[in-house]
Amino acid sequence: MVVMTLEGNEAAAWGARLARPDVIAAYPITPSTHIPERLSEWIADGIMDSEMILTESEHSALSACVGASATGARVFTATASQGLALMHEILHIASGMRLPIVMAIGNRALSAPINIWCDHQDMMSQRDTGWMQFFAESNQEALDLILIAYKVAEDRRVLLPAMVGLDAFTLTHTFEQVDVPEQEEVDRYLPKYRPVHAFLDPERPITQGPLGTPQHYMEFKYAQYEAMNRAKGVIVEAMEEFGRAFGREYAPLVPFSPGGEIVLVTMGSMSGTARVFVRGARQEGESVSHVKVVAFRPFYHSKLAELLAGAKVVAVVERAFSYGSVGPLAQDVAYAMHRYGIKAKLANFIVGLGGRDVTLRDFSEVLETSKRILKGEEDPGVFWLNVAKEEVLKAEEVIWNA
Amino acid sequence: MVKKVTVGAVVPWPGSTAENKTGSWRTLKPVIHYEKCIRCAICWMYCPEPAILKVDPDKYPAPEGKPAIAKLPAVEIDYDYCKGCGICAEECPVNAIEMVEEVK
Amino acid sequence: MFEIRFHGRGGQGAVTGANIFAIAASYDGYKSQAFPFFGVERRGAPVTAYARISEGPIEIRSFIYNPDAVVVLDPSLLDAVNVLEGLKENGYVLINTTKKPDELGISGYRLATVDASAIAVRHGLGTPQAPIVNTAILGALVRFVDMVKLESLLRAIREHAPAKKEENAKAAEEAYGEVRIW
Repeated sequence: MVVMTLEGNEAAAWGARLARPDVIAAYPITPSTHIPERLSEWIADGIMDSEMILTESEHSALSACVGASATGARVFTATASQGLALMHEILHIASGMRLPIVMAIGNRALSAPINIWCDHQDMMSQRDTGWMQFFAESNQEALDLILIAYKVAEDRRVLLPAMVGLDAFTLTHTFEQVDVPEQEEVDRYLPKYRPVHAFLDPERPITQGPLGTPQHYMEFKYAQYEAMNRAKGVIVEAMEEFGRAFGREYAPLVPFSPGGEIVLVTMGSMSGTARVFVRGARQEGESVSHVKVVAFRPFYHSKLAELLAGAKVVAVVERAFSYGSVGPLAQDVAYAMHRYGIKAKLANFIVGLGGRDVTLRDFSEVLETSKRILKGEEDPGVFWLNVAKEEVLKAEEVIWNA
Repeated sequence: MVKKVTVGAVVPWPGSTAENKTGSWRTLKPVIHYEKCIRCAICWMYCPEPAILKVDPDKYPAPEGKPAIAKLPAVEIDYDYCKGCGICAEECPVNAIEMVEEVK
Repeated sequence: MFEIRFHGRGGQGAVTGANIFAIAASYDGYKSQAFPFFGVERRGAPVTAYARISEGPIEIRSFIYNPDAVVVLDPSLLDAVNVLEGLKENGYVLINTTKKPDELGISGYRLATVDASAIAVRHGLGTPQAPIVNTAILGALVRFVDMVKLESLLRAIREHAPAKKEENAKAAEEAYGEVRIW
């Protein structure tokens, strides 16, 4: 292993490089541009032996990935925000055809207004496309999760595509130390992809992507449901094997300082800030814990419920929202609590949209609000933090009165 | 009902589309008038199915007094798969194919 | 944990400078983190970059609001932005300037100055109108804030400067010698 000081994009590119993809198809977009850029350089320099297809849009990039993966190739791509949104219909095709494509996402807000900075709305908007979804907290995790994602995606018990999110700028453009594994170690962990159902072989002609009539369609969707459920076990296996091979521990859900009355639940880069906050708050005598969600799809409802046992308030702090409902992470947490009998109150805190910084002060406000909820002084619900609410309402009123 | 389900809806049975006999979709039926047919095979080339087959020269009569044509493969319509689109009748240079109402 | 905020103008290399500083710190066994406040800035617009170095793992991911040090790559920024905002009491202020402390009107902090522009120009880095001062200012910084070794900085520059590696290393070395710590 070699320790390098890399930005998140470079770490993700290293993850892809070490996975030795046969084909990379990409259309660059801020903030993940440096990923295909660096991969192109490595290919041009003869360091990587991959076919790079530069397409005219993200829709085409993922279409090319689908085609390549359907021949039995290992395939990688990267995108963000509008680019991921443009891929939307092809995302369903990749998962429906059970193609184990791995994609890095520089988690970025969606327009309008146009914004290049971090939030999780891009991946959350693709929540139901049948892809596995992982969120990295650090550049190290971005690299490692790409390798883990391939391991799970290509497992014949799973055969589903996966996306690995790394927060825009907070990770993509931040330099920090990353242990870059040796190629031989990675080759042992992640051998060459041996396709079992989708391949191009003149001796064994097959049809892919056919019509699925009402007589058949639902069976294929049920197969995806079962595959995603099986992925839960395979992800844990792949993470444990990763730990044995590389000495870094991973889990779909990571508890910190357990046993608190108030439990914060977060995803992505703000999880580190949350732990710093929890450590400080514990020293001041606060009864607060933290759970980091690494795997969002599949979601580990029963495991989460175990980690929430004894909690009185569960505070889900997230960088995305489902307008007209509650945040997408809170929805899953709510289901986990209901399904497995966790009687705590659930509060949903919306922070850091469009790159607004997520700070220790935000977590202080989460804790203070949660304590009021605990005492019955405030109703649990949705709380938007660090927003000029009065200004917003004033502007809306101007329109009502016009 | 037993269903054929595969991973990713892959169909690993080559030629299985042949099980789907599309001739039942037809409302107009092409009929070849062999006394006019010059066996140019343009219909055979244009048929999108393909439901026009090349067969033995002697299987059908050739136009009278054209011994060279009689040596070429004859064409016939595979009514199991012909959808009755009429492209063959449209393309035939000697109007030897007529679209007639399908009577079942 | 030691936190630094860099103030520059687009094109002066503030972001690259913060990154190279983080790399240099890693050679001395520190954990480090460097990141830009990435806006829609163009050449000439004020830009901010940040660096954290620590003996243990760095988990926090928010911007730096109370830095231990601020580094000002362009003296004209002193009129444009409040570079001292949130700076810790007795914190470090390093400015690329030929002015003296009384002319700068900065007190209550540890102050150092260096004529990084002149050093950069001498080594052919940028132009006299728009010198690229990031490596020179880093040379002054490692002397002023005695945490990262000069050798580590020079190695990081030689390995990671986008161009003119040797000239950049020389500029850093010269600034290391010339910085005035008041």
